[in-house]
Amino acid sequence: MRLGNLMGQRRNGAGRPLHWTDIAAYAYLALGVVLMFGPVLWLVLSSFKTQSALLEFPPSPLPFAQVEVTVPGQPQKLPLFRTTLPDGSVRELAQVRRVGLLAQMVDPADPSKQYRVAIDKREPVRRVAFATENYTEPLQRFAFMRFLFNSVFVTFVATLITLLINSMAAYALAIYVFPGKQAATLAVIGTLMIPMTIILVPVYLVVTELGLANSLWAVILPGAATPTGVFLLRQYMLTLPKDLIEAARMDKASEWQIYWRIVMPLTLPALAVLAIFSIMWRWNEFLWPLAVLTKTEVYTLQIGLNAFQGELQTQWHYLLAMTVMTLAPVALVFVFLQRFITTGIGSTGMK
Amino acid sequence: MSDTPSAARPQPGMAAGALARVAVLPVDLALRLLDPPMRWLQRVIGVRRMPYVFLLPNFAFFGLFVFLPIGINIVFSVTGGSALFPSERPYVGANQFAYLFDCGSFLDPASCREDHFWRGVANTAKFVVFQVTAMVLFSLITALVLNMKIRGRGFFRAVYFFPVLLSPVVVALIWKWILQRDGLLNAAITTLGGQKILFFVDPSWAMFWAVFVSVWAHMGFYTLILLAGLQAIPADLYEAAEMDATPRWRVLTRITLPLLWPNMIVVIVLALIKGAQTFDEVFVLTGGGPGTATLMVVQYIYETGFASQVQNFGLAAAASVVLGLVLFVLTLLQFAAARRKEI
Repeated sequence: MRLGNLMGQRRNGAGRPLHWTDIAAYAYLALGVVLMFGPVLWLVLSSFKTQSALLEFPPSPLPFAQVEVTVPGQPQKLPLFRTTLPDGSVRELAQVRRVGLLAQMVDPADPSKQYRVAIDKREPVRRVAFATENYTEPLQRFAFMRFLFNSVFVTFVATLITLLINSMAAYALAIYVFPGKQAATLAVIGTLMIPMTIILVPVYLVVTELGLANSLWAVILPGAATPTGVFLLRQYMLTLPKDLIEAARMDKASEWQIYWRIVMPLTLPALAVLAIFSIMWRWNEFLWPLAVLTKTEVYTLQIGLNAFQGELQTQWHYLLAMTVMTLAPVALVFVFLQRFITTGIGSTGMK
Repeated sequence: MSDTPSAARPQPGMAAGALARVAVLPVDLALRLLDPPMRWLQRVIGVRRMPYVFLLPNFAFFGLFVFLPIGINIVFSVTGGSALFPSERPYVGANQFAYLFDCGSFLDPASCREDHFWRGVANTAKFVVFQVTAMVLFSLITALVLNMKIRGRGFFRAVYFFPVLLSPVVVALIWKWILQRDGLLNAAITTLGGQKILFFVDPSWAMFWAVFVSVWAHMGFYTLILLAGLQAIPADLYEAAEMDATPRWRVLTRITLPLLWPNMIVVIVLALIKGAQTFDEVFVLTGGGPGTATLMVVQYIYETGFASQVQNFGLAAAASVVLGLVLFVLTLLQFAAARRKEI
């Protein structure tokens, strides 16, 4: 016990002087936080800027927008400027119109008074304002909701199919002894070595021949049977007690019942890991949907976003907001399941 | 792989659990209804043949979308013309490969007939060398730092890991926004008195950022593998070293790095395999440009087979057979490394 205390004390470093490597480590971590979080934070902040604020250089850190006021007698809202008047006083005036280098200004408090000032004598009055229209407008103007629906549909259905057929195969390979088991296991390993990137063209042919071209099923089906999933589930099922299955057989349970009512509930933790992997794969999938989906109405979010970045070169305010919306679900999942995901990936070495 | 079950044990959040249960409910019902036909099937074919029934769906998918395509890919690569259906394509032997490999000098892509393919090969090779080096270096440093006795380790681990989950399109757009002409980085450069740099107009800068962004996005994954390796090193080795007052540098070079070496090999080979298939981030970030400065092999395959005006399936298939062979060799390396790790 005393030895333990001693070790603990040493380890937690109450008496231990701070080594230079500790300081270097914290410096490295601080830099890491800036470098890893910074870009995403910048994206989110920028996505709330108005189109004109995005064109500013150098950019301001927070989303600012010029204040606009309603002035009695003026049909539209007028932009507010901090104006230096000829007598040297500074007042906040609204601009009615601008003619060449002169601007016609009006005092919002006293609309009867009008001023003419040189445009370099005034500065826009700006406050922090979040341009939420960046988020609401694309929903109406583009097929964003359609893409979102497509992505959710693909992710959900594909994950269900993957969980079902992978677990069935894993069950066969883990529970039974049968001729050809070795060959089947080898075939799974072999499939592990064939990434989609090298069979794009022939899979496209198969999908076309099945009449699935330009449908969401063309995205869902080819990747549904994952060797990774079969492996992960098989490893887990191998640890289940065999007596349980024997007992069920005694009770005249069918093999299907053993699979669905006994083995599957016990495999839930591994199924959850595979579900998270599958959701991640499907939500982020890019090359295959890009190759096989050519009609806008079947685009997934990622393909839609990529198409937008080609079309909306000058409309970064929409593009940034849509990027944030694509990122948000993943970020939420990560916040809740962070520990679970990292241990899952760290110990299986897969992603 | 053997420690998967213990690793899978931590439970997901309550909310996720409840959600999963609701989602599973109709599936559960459907699969319970499947029992009578399955029971009948079991009676007809016998229990001994049931495993084949369970294997069937998954292997039907494998057959249709993996094994069959491998065969067709080879057929495609030895036939010509523009038809998609294999029987309508004339046999051309090794012509597609001869065309791909028709080069004045293999060191100069411009001397090749299919110069884009060779630029892709050259760019991918360059990309992989830089990316794997940087990836191994930074994920090693990060894993070592995260393995130290620091406060908030879980938080910092999450910080380095979260970009792994972002989609390549999102990653590329985040950085495109920062690196654009009037972006954050150029603002920083001009504030410090420099000149704006057009990162995506200069070939070397474009390649640099392609590598940088890819390391940024995937580093967390490799860090996790190395971290798992570091945590598997027996603690008593370190305690013994501490007793002997061994300097930290010697602990690192004599204990940590040698024992981490098997994991390092896994990381290197995995990074090589993924690196050779690089496409999405770079494609969205630079579009392969400027010119063909960041055009990768996979982008060449995609564009030849799908995106160009005249779709040349044969050439795309031939190129993917070449890429497939390279990946095959790399995967053999991976298995060799994994076996060494077990011993």
